[in-house]
Amino acid sequence: MSPTPIELREIAKIVRRDVLTMVLEAGSGHVGGSLSAVDILVALYWETLRVKPDRPDWEERDRLILSKAHAAPALYAALARRGYFDVKELLTFRKLHSKLQGFPDMQETSGIDASVGSPGQGLSIANGIAIAAKRDEKQFRIYCLMGDGEAHEGQVWEAGMTAAHHKLDNVCAIVDRNRMMGDGCTEDIVALSPLEEKWRTFNWHVVEVDGHNMEQLTAAFSEAESVKGQPTLVLAKTVKGKGVPFMENRAEWHDRRVTEDLYEEAMKALS
Amino acid sequence: MAEMGLVDIQHSVVETEATNRGYERGLIELAERGTDIIVMDADLAGASGTSEFRKRFPDRFMDIGLCEQDMIGTAAGLSLAGKCVFVTTHGMLSAGKAWDIIRSTICYGSLNVNICGADAGLSAGAAGGSRQSLEDVAVMRTLPGMTVVVPTDAVEAQKATIAAARIPGPVYIRFTASRVPIVTTNMTPFTVGQAGVYRQGDDVTILACGVLVYESLRAARMLEDDGLGVRVVNCHTIKPLDRAIVSRAAVETGALVTAEEGSTIGGLGGAVAEALAQSSRPTPIKIVGIEDRFGESGTHEELLSHFGLTARDIATAVREVLSRKKALEGQGAGRTIDRV
Repeated sequence: MSPTPIELREIAKIVRRDVLTMVLEAGSGHVGGSLSAVDILVALYWETLRVKPDRPDWEERDRLILSKAHAAPALYAALARRGYFDVKELLTFRKLHSKLQGFPDMQETSGIDASVGSPGQGLSIANGIAIAAKRDEKQFRIYCLMGDGEAHEGQVWEAGMTAAHHKLDNVCAIVDRNRMMGDGCTEDIVALSPLEEKWRTFNWHVVEVDGHNMEQLTAAFSEAESVKGQPTLVLAKTVKGKGVPFMENRAEWHDRRVTEDLYEEAMKALS
Repeated sequence: MAEMGLVDIQHSVVETEATNRGYERGLIELAERGTDIIVMDADLAGASGTSEFRKRFPDRFMDIGLCEQDMIGTAAGLSLAGKCVFVTTHGMLSAGKAWDIIRSTICYGSLNVNICGADAGLSAGAAGGSRQSLEDVAVMRTLPGMTVVVPTDAVEAQKATIAAARIPGPVYIRFTASRVPIVTTNMTPFTVGQAGVYRQGDDVTILACGVLVYESLRAARMLEDDGLGVRVVNCHTIKPLDRAIVSRAAVETGALVTAEEGSTIGGLGGAVAEALAQSSRPTPIKIVGIEDRFGESGTHEELLSHFGLTARDIATAVREVLSRKKALEGQGAGRTIDRV
């Protein structure tokens, strides 16, 4: 049975708390962009994706490529809470000999569908899997979670053309549109707006949602599945650092170190 | 060296063919055998040698357009879904422009993607320096888990293509657009990672790859007239380097010349020097290649001569390295003499 939106929000809170504990424990990690992506990942892993955590290599599974690979803490926490591996592993994040490398490594971590790290590369990988799936008449779908700052990378737009040209309706890309990147606001650095029009011009089906609203997210993923002959882009409007007031919409929380004091304050906000 | 099944380049007319053609034949053979291959090209199918494959197996061919980075990323996805992928474009585009994607998605994930550098070395000829890839071997060689092969002729190119499909991790193979001499036959043994000793000799060894294997065999013949026994080794696999054959050559002949159609920095010469410096007694080495500069326009043949990569140049390098070997022997290299 599918979890209710209320249950999904509760899971998201647990995942956010995990993210904070992980980056505190590791002494580093990208907290802001992880927190903005948590609700998207929870909606996917608890509602949308057809996966079997006890069989991570199940061939018919839906795939998720984390193109915004710096959100690794959020993905790891989601995978652990979804049952791919023991949540205790989360405390090893970024440490020597850990299965949880700084950026997702498919050879180390159960449930990772592709190794990623360098920005802007996930959508091409998703397209490749999608093309193979169509050739082999497989029904699984491929999701690719991208950051908005990533859209500065030329390869994203190359991949955007490829997906539309090959009518990859089994691809659903999600942009975590938190409007912040490492050095500041995307619109101040190199403006991305109007992002939805850009993707529409690239012949994608575009759905805009509140990226922290479970009902809107899951509805958008269902809509994407019903669209034929075109890939779908879910433009998820989010807040960087979502859930921790002093981190919200603050570019410096892209990868700032969380101290013990701030950790306590953040956990209180998420209690 | 009858057992190597080589063409007798001294007594017969040497045929020539672009190694791109051998690549294409290898791809066709793989598809005919039922391998689940996908061949990708980035708008250079006509030039890089995949157009015949495209005609024969249109459903196994994908032209991604001028999107080299996306091509490599898409290939990673296809590989993750179980396909055996060959991506093709000019060497400086595949190895150069897409290097980060090769590194971060393909090598980091140890994916079975075969990357082909077509029109590599100086073989882009008239197109000039910007389109000639002289650094591809060096930049591919640094990537963890990457196999790097530079076939000597079209026959070997076909074998290398088929072998690459069976290697589970990433492979970079380099091909030429222009016709180069055919020195091997279907009888010539070829295994990735195992160099071929094409000519025996005890005075000096030439370790070569690509078209310079032919030039080295000619150089050896020229030097024979001077009474020199020159060993010639086809080091088609730059990585993993056949350290056993290289180190035996160093011990048994005491002087080495490497010859490649690429930068003298980080290619075959670099690989041999790295291996020997850490394992053998001091051995004089001369690296024949293109010294820290870009190419320029001209025919492939003219350029080989212009950049000092002909048999005559290799013979000169052999004489130079032999004089260093002699000087070293005079010093009693590797031995110590007790002082009284």
